[in-house]
Amino acid sequence: MKFQKERNNKNNIEEAIVKVILFIMALSSIISLGLITFFVFNEGLPFMIGYGITDFIFGTTWNPTEQVYGIFPMIVGSVIVTIFAILVGAPIGIAVAVYLVEIAPPRVTKIVKPAILLLEGIPSVVIGLFGMVVIIDVIRRLARGPLADYLPAGYQTGYSILAGVLILAIMILPTIISISADSIRAVPKEYKEASLAMGSTKWQTLFKVVVPAAKSGILAAVILGVGRAIGETMAIIMVIGNSVQLPIPGWEAVFAPVRTLTGNIALEMGYAGPEHRQALFATGIILFLFIIIINSITLLLRRRGT
Amino acid sequence: MVEFKPNHLVRVKREQMFAFTMLSLAAALTVLILLAIVFYVMAQGLSVISMEFLLEEPRKMGTEGGIFPAIVGTVYLVGLIILIAAPIGVGTSIYLNEYMPDGRFKSVLRFATELLAAIPSIIHGMFGFLFFVIALGDYTGGWSILSGALTGVVMILPIIIRASEEALRSVPSNLKEGSLALGTTRWYTIKKVVLPLALPGITTSVILAIGRVIGETAAFLLTIGGSLLMAASVFDGARTLALHLYLVAMETGNVQMAFGTGAVLIVLILIINFAAAALFKLLVKRFSA
Repeated sequence: MKFQKERNNKNNIEEAIVKVILFIMALSSIISLGLITFFVFNEGLPFMIGYGITDFIFGTTWNPTEQVYGIFPMIVGSVIVTIFAILVGAPIGIAVAVYLVEIAPPRVTKIVKPAILLLEGIPSVVIGLFGMVVIIDVIRRLARGPLADYLPAGYQTGYSILAGVLILAIMILPTIISISADSIRAVPKEYKEASLAMGSTKWQTLFKVVVPAAKSGILAAVILGVGRAIGETMAIIMVIGNSVQLPIPGWEAVFAPVRTLTGNIALEMGYAGPEHRQALFATGIILFLFIIIINSITLLLRRRGT
Repeated sequence: MVEFKPNHLVRVKREQMFAFTMLSLAAALTVLILLAIVFYVMAQGLSVISMEFLLEEPRKMGTEGGIFPAIVGTVYLVGLIILIAAPIGVGTSIYLNEYMPDGRFKSVLRFATELLAAIPSIIHGMFGFLFFVIALGDYTGGWSILSGALTGVVMILPIIIRASEEALRSVPSNLKEGSLALGTTRWYTIKKVVLPLALPGITTSVILAIGRVIGETAAFLLTIGGSLLMAASVFDGARTLALHLYLVAMETGNVQMAFGTGAVLIVLILIINFAAAALFKLLVKRFSA
């Protein structure tokens, strides 16, 4: 009996130690998040307030050598590219998800699913390089050929909003597909069966019953895609031209080279002096706020869903 | 009484056929995009890949010579990140799943993990630059593999946490309860019952995290230094394959050499995807028998 007691004690001590260690580990993500928030805001916020928040956000000139820091063109660039990438990528992604879950024969699923996983795994610089060589070339031919008379010279390089949109649409596809597929799969079978029993066709059932029932999950997938698109950096730098200017309003804007918030940070951080660096961190704060808003929306959606 | 309209039926059928064709075209397009990227990059890249390319140091900013230092840098970085992030990530998921009672603090921790996963990697990079490169520069060597790795750990943690939580959740609770009912401690049950069953899922998550690190560039652009030289220790600057590709393509404009690195990256990602799937199957067979 004595032996048993000692062993119990030893086990209890081990249990207690393990529990403390695991608890400390569990704090890692909240500590990281706290540190990131603190460092980014601490470096960027005083500058933003000192410079003037409205001047910083709505200023249209970015010229660090003259100490002029207006990031409005970058905000416009990020927002435009993200919106159009979603408009292109989301319908395709949702369609693929519906196809995979409800229509595809197992033989096809076996090919498409790993393909999507692989697409997700391809490094963004590789997709960027592909875009920089193949997609840019096609757009350049278009801009210098049939459209040459209508476009300003600066819009004929191929590096453009259009290229950025196409690249981002490709990059958000896997996210949108896998998350909407999950939510489509979660639709109770009874819904479908009831609809089919009423004599609707398979397509009517999918379009009028299954997809609406999976609506909140699909919306969450799209919003997550928005987050990925606005945060993407490397591939977008490689194809979008990076010039700090507002695109001229009209269809020509499709061919306009622009810069995104992420691109601004990645391109200039390497050589920035102290004030310039603070301005880049302030750019990071704006990006950060976008991400927090996007994530809060997903959180709200999920609350409503459950 | 509903009037029976044969035309209506034909129309509905036609509609369905059209819709299904569109949906399968979307799937075909996705696969086609993937194949186009993979084949184009491989075709362009294979022409520069040779033993010399893989095993020599780069010359003239990477427009000549090889990519060996970038391979070594990538290996160092991946090793260090997994060494730090895997235990912390798995530990976190064990605590969240097996020890922590449901409640406000738990949902706060989960939300923090999710937000951390949603933060764009360039912001991770900015943070790593201020914290690890500058503030802790005396200990990390400034721009170095270590600074890059610590930044990578922060970036990869939520991925490992989420995936291993999923793996832990898939362990049937009656097995756990059975073990606990025999009078074992919670930790003993976790060690002997829960972890072995969750191992396949956890291993896959770690391997996929390796893939994520190999593909990442933005977070390392601002932290690892981008040195072309061979790193002698983790306190030296280096570049990863992905960063090398970016710098060669953007700074030298030598697209051909960049494609060579791209082809190596694609092969690595392919290997990792296959390894993850194969290992998962193997471990499931071994531990569920």
